[in-house]
Amino acid sequence: MADEPLLKVQAVQTFYGNIRALDGVDVHVNRGEIVSLIGANGAGKSTLMMTICGSPQARHGSIIFDGEDITQQPTHLIARRRIAQSPEGRRIFPRMTVYENLQMGAGLDNLRYFKEDVEKIFTLFPRLKERQSQRGGTLSGGEQQMLSIGRALMARPKLLLLDEPSLGLAPLIVKGIFEAIKKLNKEEGLTVFLVEQNAFAALRLSDRAYVMVNGKVTMTGSGKALLANPEVRAAYLEGGRH
Amino acid sequence: MEYFVQQLANGLTLGSIYGLIAIGYTMVYGIIGMINFAHGDIFMLGAFAALIVFLILTSFFAGIPVALALLVMLIIAMLMTSLWNWTIERVAYRPLRGSFRLAPLITAIGMSIVLSNFIQVTQGPRNKPIPALVTDVYHFGDITISLKQIIIIALTAVLLTIFWYVVNKTPLGRAQRATEQDRKMAALLGVDVDRTISITFIMGAALAAVAGTMYLMYYGVATFNDGFIPGVKAFTAAVLGGIGSLPGAVLGGLLIGLIESLWSAYFTIAYKDVATFALLAFVLIFKPTGILGRPEVEKV
Repeated sequence: MADEPLLKVQAVQTFYGNIRALDGVDVHVNRGEIVSLIGANGAGKSTLMMTICGSPQARHGSIIFDGEDITQQPTHLIARRRIAQSPEGRRIFPRMTVYENLQMGAGLDNLRYFKEDVEKIFTLFPRLKERQSQRGGTLSGGEQQMLSIGRALMARPKLLLLDEPSLGLAPLIVKGIFEAIKKLNKEEGLTVFLVEQNAFAALRLSDRAYVMVNGKVTMTGSGKALLANPEVRAAYLEGGRH
Repeated sequence: MEYFVQQLANGLTLGSIYGLIAIGYTMVYGIIGMINFAHGDIFMLGAFAALIVFLILTSFFAGIPVALALLVMLIIAMLMTSLWNWTIERVAYRPLRGSFRLAPLITAIGMSIVLSNFIQVTQGPRNKPIPALVTDVYHFGDITISLKQIIIIALTAVLLTIFWYVVNKTPLGRAQRATEQDRKMAALLGVDVDRTISITFIMGAALAAVAGTMYLMYYGVATFNDGFIPGVKAFTAAVLGGIGSLPGAVLGGLLIGLIESLWSAYFTIAYKDVATFALLAFVLIFKPTGILGRPEVEKV
């Protein structure tokens, strides 16, 4: 089992009504890896993230997580298998405090590890500590992003899905967040699958990466290899370097 | 002055009942964005359940203490209406979730008709009276306050405190608020959204059953169409207070109770409903979100 990938997405097709958003996607993430998914707007990256979580469910293909088929499972049961997501748009609960948002993240364990975990999150993002009794909806974009990632980490995930963690953030904070991801990966063996527009930073961070175009994976390789690939450079890196 | 205080007490009693019903409207609206028009009839079912339990108790256990009888009535009425409301949500509303917005609304009106007709057919169309259960009254100068008024107001206060605690301080309440604010995200965090919605219906029904039992005790009578007018009033209370807001529902209920009593006391009783709804219109013109409703100015 240990050699099996933690997450295995096979020939997945997802539809919105009659529109096919994912067209036979094959992706896998091994334990302890950081894997990124890059591609243009509308390529289906966020759809893949949400399909893994069963919302919407894949119409064809299969998604195997930790040796079990989760393709047809409802979203909350997938979450209980410890797939945590910081989704597109951050989706902070606007009328809950920062603290309550973090409590929501720790709901799977009935807050059993809440005290120690929340301290870790506050060390990671000291800003959240200052803002802990403020309502989520009143945070700035960057603070919401930190909260969204923090909330996902509170679930003690086996697999962390990050959808555009750098979106709308100042470069310094992006750097901080990417360092934090790297650190969690190194020290705690956290497996991360992330979608990024900031392809340069994502590829440097990742062990492996996939490139997605129009609902299909068109290229894959190690982060370094893709960084050096002229096609990738032309499409996603040149001029896009931050 | 005594007269005024007297009317105040009457108004608070009535307002407590409206408030208890209004919470069911406002919670369901908050969590799935629909007006459960059958909720007034759930209140009526609660009154009938209490009535039937009362009849059974008095015929099989004559001489049972009143307090115990009331308690049994309350508990069984709460269980029955919870089961009803849970079932209604399951069969009539859940399949329509994700449908166009009017669909569950129309279904709710349909369920309301089904429930009142069901009671009309099975229990008969006439008024069902019960003897006065609680008859003690207390005199404070010229003011007369009955024990049943005290029971209603005190019970409402206790229930609201418990309710407030559940919604604001427990994991269940957090899950409810999360579902209300972003259903998809709640599911991504492992919240069983369907179950949370079911529990919301059950909680609303339980409070409506308390209101129904209190109504039966207060007026000593129940009729199959009792769900309609108090239901509409409670709905008005929820809108007046700001639909989606729990304190708003209670405040709206109390306000409407007070307006009804005071209007009836000082003006013509025939126009008390006109006064209530005129106030609603007035508030909605100047504050469309209701008194405690939240303005939609959130970032995200």
